[in-house]
Amino acid sequence: MFNLKENYDIAIIGGGPAGLAAAIGANEAGTDKEDILVIERDVKLGGILNQCIHNGFGLHTFKEELTGPEYAGRFIDKLLALQIPYVLDTMVVDIAEGENGLKLITVISKENGLKVIKAKAVVLSMGCRERSRGALNIPGFRPAGVFSAGTAQRLVNIESYMPGKEVVILGSGDIGLIMARRLTLEGAKVKVVAELQPYSGGLKRNIVQCLDDYGIPLKLSHTVTRIDGKDRVEGVEISQVDERLKPIKGTEEYYKCDTLLLSVGLIPENELSDSLGVKLSPITSGPVVNESLETNIEGVFACGNVLHVHDLVDFVSEEAKEAGKNASKFAKFGKTNEENVIALIPENGVRYTVPSTICPENMNDTLTVRFRVANVFKNKYVSVYFDGERVKRTKKLILAPGEMESVVLKKEDLLNKGIKNIKITLED
Amino acid sequence: MEIKNLICIQCPMGCPLEVEMENGEVVKVSGNTCKRGEVYAKKEVTSPTRTVTSTVKVENGELPVVAVKTKLDIPKSLIFECMAEINKAKVKAPVKIGDVIIENVCGTGVPVVATSNVN
Amino acid sequence: MLYDVLIIGGGVIGSAIARELARYEGNFCLIEKNEDVCTGTSKANSAIVHAGFDAKNGTLMAEMNVKGNEMMGEVAKELDIPFRRNGAFVLCFDNKDLNSLQDLYQRGINNGVKDLQILTREEALNLEPNLGDSVVAALYAPTSGIICPFALTIALAENAADNGVEFKLNTPCEKIEKTDFGFRVYSKNEVIETKAIVNAAGVYADEIHNMVCDNKLKITPRKGEYILCDKKVGKLCERTLFQLPTKLGKGILVSPTIHGNLILGPTALDIEDKEGIDTTREGLDDVIAKASLSVKNVPVRSAITSFSGLRAHINHDFILEESADNFFDATGIESPGLSSAPAIGIYMAEMVAKKFSFNKKADFNPVRKGIVHASELSNEERAALIEKDPAYGRIICRCEMISEGEILASIHRTLGATTLDGVKRRTRAGMGRCQAGFCSPKVMEILSRELNIPLDEIKKNGENSSVAVGKATKGGI
Repeated sequence: MFNLKENYDIAIIGGGPAGLAAAIGANEAGTDKEDILVIERDVKLGGILNQCIHNGFGLHTFKEELTGPEYAGRFIDKLLALQIPYVLDTMVVDIAEGENGLKLITVISKENGLKVIKAKAVVLSMGCRERSRGALNIPGFRPAGVFSAGTAQRLVNIESYMPGKEVVILGSGDIGLIMARRLTLEGAKVKVVAELQPYSGGLKRNIVQCLDDYGIPLKLSHTVTRIDGKDRVEGVEISQVDERLKPIKGTEEYYKCDTLLLSVGLIPENELSDSLGVKLSPITSGPVVNESLETNIEGVFACGNVLHVHDLVDFVSEEAKEAGKNASKFAKFGKTNEENVIALIPENGVRYTVPSTICPENMNDTLTVRFRVANVFKNKYVSVYFDGERVKRTKKLILAPGEMESVVLKKEDLLNKGIKNIKITLED
Repeated sequence: MEIKNLICIQCPMGCPLEVEMENGEVVKVSGNTCKRGEVYAKKEVTSPTRTVTSTVKVENGELPVVAVKTKLDIPKSLIFECMAEINKAKVKAPVKIGDVIIENVCGTGVPVVATSNVN
Repeated sequence: MLYDVLIIGGGVIGSAIARELARYEGNFCLIEKNEDVCTGTSKANSAIVHAGFDAKNGTLMAEMNVKGNEMMGEVAKELDIPFRRNGAFVLCFDNKDLNSLQDLYQRGINNGVKDLQILTREEALNLEPNLGDSVVAALYAPTSGIICPFALTIALAENAADNGVEFKLNTPCEKIEKTDFGFRVYSKNEVIETKAIVNAAGVYADEIHNMVCDNKLKITPRKGEYILCDKKVGKLCERTLFQLPTKLGKGILVSPTIHGNLILGPTALDIEDKEGIDTTREGLDDVIAKASLSVKNVPVRSAITSFSGLRAHINHDFILEESADNFFDATGIESPGLSSAPAIGIYMAEMVAKKFSFNKKADFNPVRKGIVHASELSNEERAALIEKDPAYGRIICRCEMISEGEILASIHRTLGATTLDGVKRRTRAGMGRCQAGFCSPKVMEILSRELNIPLDEIKKNGENSSVAVGKATKGGI
């Protein structure tokens, strides 16, 4: 462990894949290692990857397939090799703005007690949490045996306990699919996976290798309409839903089970950001950021799942490294130019973009604009318009809400061109 | 002639593939949009393989189990046999990423290795 | 051991009676059928300390409510629990109903409720800007308050136990025999002998009553469904917003909770099942529809959980009496039971004490220290606390910022927590927006370690509510 200093150039909140890459990025961009601090609430670096023991991580970054802990391990090794300071088992309970633009970060831990540290720049990399049953308002009893998929994953993979023996899963996000296979391999019977939407939010590969391989049925356009069992789950009722996603009477099917896993979406965890006054997007639930991944609060950057929920960790690392570099630049040179700001406008099936504004002067040579689409689209073009003029058009055989998309913009195309807005849209 | 139906997993398209087989040999793949679909289909119908990931019990460790994987793919038909061997295995802490836990799982020649660190 | 008094039921009423009886000399015992106190009606209700304008003039309900409300500030201070008089509105949505609003005002005055006023729409809007468009007037009751029903019940019980009342959990009353000395009460594994019984068994109080008394009671569980919303919308209103009953039926309330969430509900449906605390699609939809009358933009998307509770409905008044020789009923305690609890405690304890001529105890200590909520301390205080006990420096529940120190304190104190829900009700760990997703495995580990029981025997609440169902098969076992 490292001793806590009072002042840092950059404080990174969260030591998962985003925080690790941000720290490495900041160091590579020239911030001295001693001036960086990674603050992790768990007893280990690596974040949620530590419990994602399945493979499929890192194909983009390392050109090989790694498991979650292996992927995290690569970044942790690098952080250790660079000797970047970090603290574990430490919770940030508050971030506030202090004098001279310094950020005051209140941290508590068993080891260091309560400390307020000062940083010139902050990188938010706290990740996300799972939507809970309550957020879905599923009627019925509230027995033991209703888990979010991630909680069940931790129980099996870290504590080595079984969440149940007969399982129904609501939601076909990747964590739900992965857990269907994991619990099957550990001897549980996964009876069905129900998905509210008419399409799965998970990767095709996971549907084939986690469900089809084990004969687990996937019911699209279905949801849980009742949870039975007063002490422990005894069964769930599943109903088909109509186009408006409302359950259709008369389609109820009853599944006897002792466990209901929920894999129904992830929410960026921005309570700290919110209390600091960071402006959040109602669509992503993450901060609204500019080309530098900087929030409306000067010197506060965001990356990874706290910014917007990613599909692949490789993109988290890529994005976070940029955030780290930008934080480093800010810590060294201070306030960036805020003139000639171009607004990014998502349209026609494009739900949002990250970033949402660009100041060309502050750009690196290229900028990756990431976005998600609102539905499954086939044979569409992703088009980019500068002030109403189409400058780019890319054919896509398929676009799906579960997949993050991106377009790359070049600084030379934007600098001193007087562009007011950039529209990203889907076209036939 | 035998026909097998698959969903291609090479990209989000998820093309429905139809594979015509004769005497265990692939004669024709249809339904694919690109070449990758054909390659996938041939492999999947003749010798499907999977990486198995799980956990193995650790004695005297800070955690009760360590994450493991088969270092390479193993035949799909051996998944549960492989799990049985994994469930029987035990290691003593400390374990490091890459440590061999089982040298040759189910006679495949493939080792099972640790994918997390447990002190 | 022959007890002087046996209280049946560890809800807010039983616990309040226990605490008041503890002021006297005698051997007192409270039995509770579940694994913890506060597991029935007391755990699932509106968490409101009503002003007392609602009950009919001259009823026990009116008397207890007004008195309980008056006492609550002092009780909360003694027991170190949060309580706030946030005030309440009864909203009127139709000029035709103004007479009923006036009647309610008059009823309140007659019941002795202080500071009532009728506000015009504009006056009401000045205080509560988010009121719905159809609100035409409101009755304003400044003395109405909000409280945590878990905190109140558990604190009453702890204080009673600390003052000598014996608590037996997991002890249902299965049969009662009259004897020459009083009663013999049969539970699962033991027989308890007592001179007197106080029946505070909530929705089961009719069954207990009917074991002893000739006149039979019937309690109808009246289900109320609620939706609880995230703290980020907790400031939608400052006061508790009731609705004036209309031809569409009894309204629901929209209120901040003492911890800053927003609560919507309850519905009212008479059912048969005394454990029927499930929510229904219809009920939850009804809550949302009715809440939309009271406030604009009901934050449905900010719901973090929904739940339902049962009121023990008999008639339109509480039954607080000696129903058979040495058998005392505190039954039919529906709303405003929580508000009335401190008053009912005194009323019943005095009734019993008088019958048996109990003497007051010299060393009764009404003061109970609650669990420190570290996140509410100043930085200096919190730093000092962590220095003294580092466990307060480790956050377990990140939504509610609950530390390991608080969880340990909830386990190792009088009537300490033994289950996930027990920890939750004492500390709020798991009560936040992620609904225990992140903290439950950690709280399970702590419970397992501290109580020395295997992780897969940790329960959510009752006996059959194990969270994990055995080990993953590892190492050949």
